[in-house]
Amino acid sequence: MDLNMLINFSYVISAVMFILGLKMLSSPATARKGNMISAIGMLLAICAALISQGIDYKWILLGMAIGGGVGFAAAKLVAMTAMPEMVAIFNGFGGAASLLLAWFEYSGKYQGIMSASTFTAFVLVLSVFIGGMTFTGSMVAYGKLSEKISGKPYLFAGQHIVNSVILITTVILGALFVLNSGAGNSYFLILIAIALVFGVLSVIPIGGADMPVVIALLNSYSGLAACAAGFVIHNNILIVAGALVGASGIILTRIMCKAMNRSLANVLFSGFGSAKTSKAGKDAGDQGEVKPATQEDVYYILEAADSVAFVPGYGLAVAQAQHQVRELGEILEENGTDVQYAIHPVAGRMPGHMNVLLAEANVPYDQLIEMDEINPNMETVDVAVVIGANDVVNPAALDDESSPIYGMPIIEVHRAKTVIVLKRSMNPGFAGIENALFFNDNTRMFFGDAKASITGLIAEFKG
Amino acid sequence: MTPEVLIQPDITPVFLTFVLVLAIFLGFELISKVPSTLHTPLMSGSNAISGITLVGAIASLQIGQSTLGIILGTAAVTLATINVVGGYVVTDRMLGMFKKKEGGK
Repeated sequence: MDLNMLINFSYVISAVMFILGLKMLSSPATARKGNMISAIGMLLAICAALISQGIDYKWILLGMAIGGGVGFAAAKLVAMTAMPEMVAIFNGFGGAASLLLAWFEYSGKYQGIMSASTFTAFVLVLSVFIGGMTFTGSMVAYGKLSEKISGKPYLFAGQHIVNSVILITTVILGALFVLNSGAGNSYFLILIAIALVFGVLSVIPIGGADMPVVIALLNSYSGLAACAAGFVIHNNILIVAGALVGASGIILTRIMCKAMNRSLANVLFSGFGSAKTSKAGKDAGDQGEVKPATQEDVYYILEAADSVAFVPGYGLAVAQAQHQVRELGEILEENGTDVQYAIHPVAGRMPGHMNVLLAEANVPYDQLIEMDEINPNMETVDVAVVIGANDVVNPAALDDESSPIYGMPIIEVHRAKTVIVLKRSMNPGFAGIENALFFNDNTRMFFGDAKASITGLIAEFKG
Repeated sequence: MTPEVLIQPDITPVFLTFVLVLAIFLGFELISKVPSTLHTPLMSGSNAISGITLVGAIASLQIGQSTLGIILGTAAVTLATINVVGGYVVTDRMLGMFKKKEGGK
């Protein structure tokens, strides 16, 4: 068996291990082992690649040492609340790596040396374009998530026209490049530049609350970029692994869109939540009064409750209050109260964000309830405690057809016997929409920083 | 003349597309079974898998590159390694936190 065949058979085994790893991710009990199997599969593929003939070890090992060090440190140091930023930046690196690999292949093999086949020229264009826009798009998403740039949607006049012109230019340049059998070096470089600009333009109009969709979509792109790069270098394992990631991102994107009752096109192009302030101002006046509650009031309500459901949102991540929430939950359980955590699919800034935060605080995963599971039983919940969530519990989504979030499935806390809303102030949430829940008869507003508020409650229970 | 030489140039794109299509369908089947609790580890784990570009970059970085080639190739290896190592390590860290209720079954 020659060396090449050995390498390629190793790739087959790696692919099987990636698939097994993903399969084991279907239950929290086996997930960690699955991740380990996937990692071993990757290690095998890397080792197999390293025995290829005539490769330049000096530069490869240098790159691996730097990348390994940076990746390891980042993974160990990142706070769980910062996971969305971390995933965004990794998506970007994945895209950039595929762009660089395609560029490397082009500059070394095809540029002025030999003509590429039409197919190869086509996949070269695909990998630099998808890779490039994934890179800059992810960097913008990272900036928005880490609040280095404003999370607000950024819109300018003629945005759709500019984007259309860019796409048409890309198609024309791409076609010219392909028809010239990859001989047009300047076309290639312009395509890279356009891809980088397009990535920025396509993510900048998207608001903070829509980030779960964007991250999932960029995740998918990073996989597809790897796939395209696999076509460029005729490598099966890149195609298989890239396709698995691409499929995963697409499914998550679809779940997120469904959880917001919006089409992908609407998320990407509408600049949601940018022009809603006038409406919010008008509504606020005629909805009745807000009933604030003191720490003591909340204590008595919780103390008497038989069942409590915590409904966390992005505000929980901002306040970093997950450990306090868990402590309060445990105190309530000791007090004989049934405690659940109800999680909306788009709560937070990425799919599954709240689950990870609560897992970090040692909340057992069997206490986390999905939206569809808790809604039918909402009447039996004595107290729903909303912590830093807003739009995902806004009843306007059910009954107000004029509301921009009308039709979005929500956690129907307004049907619980009592609702306590922990909130910093009366400012509307990220989507900029006034929330009728806050004015309901059975709602009490508990103003203040979530972490400080809950710490106060814990002290009250202990004292 | 071996059959390989005869077939390879034309069949490669078809063969690779075949692999792609099957892998996408397999991906859909696998991922739709992942519960929403694990969506964040799924994303960071798939970040790691998309670092597979590393394998391609290693195999392509042959001796005797131009300066531009060395820069591009080494940068690709570096970024993809960050993805692979960072992705798997952070996913492991996260999944280690998911626990069942103590005393529960």
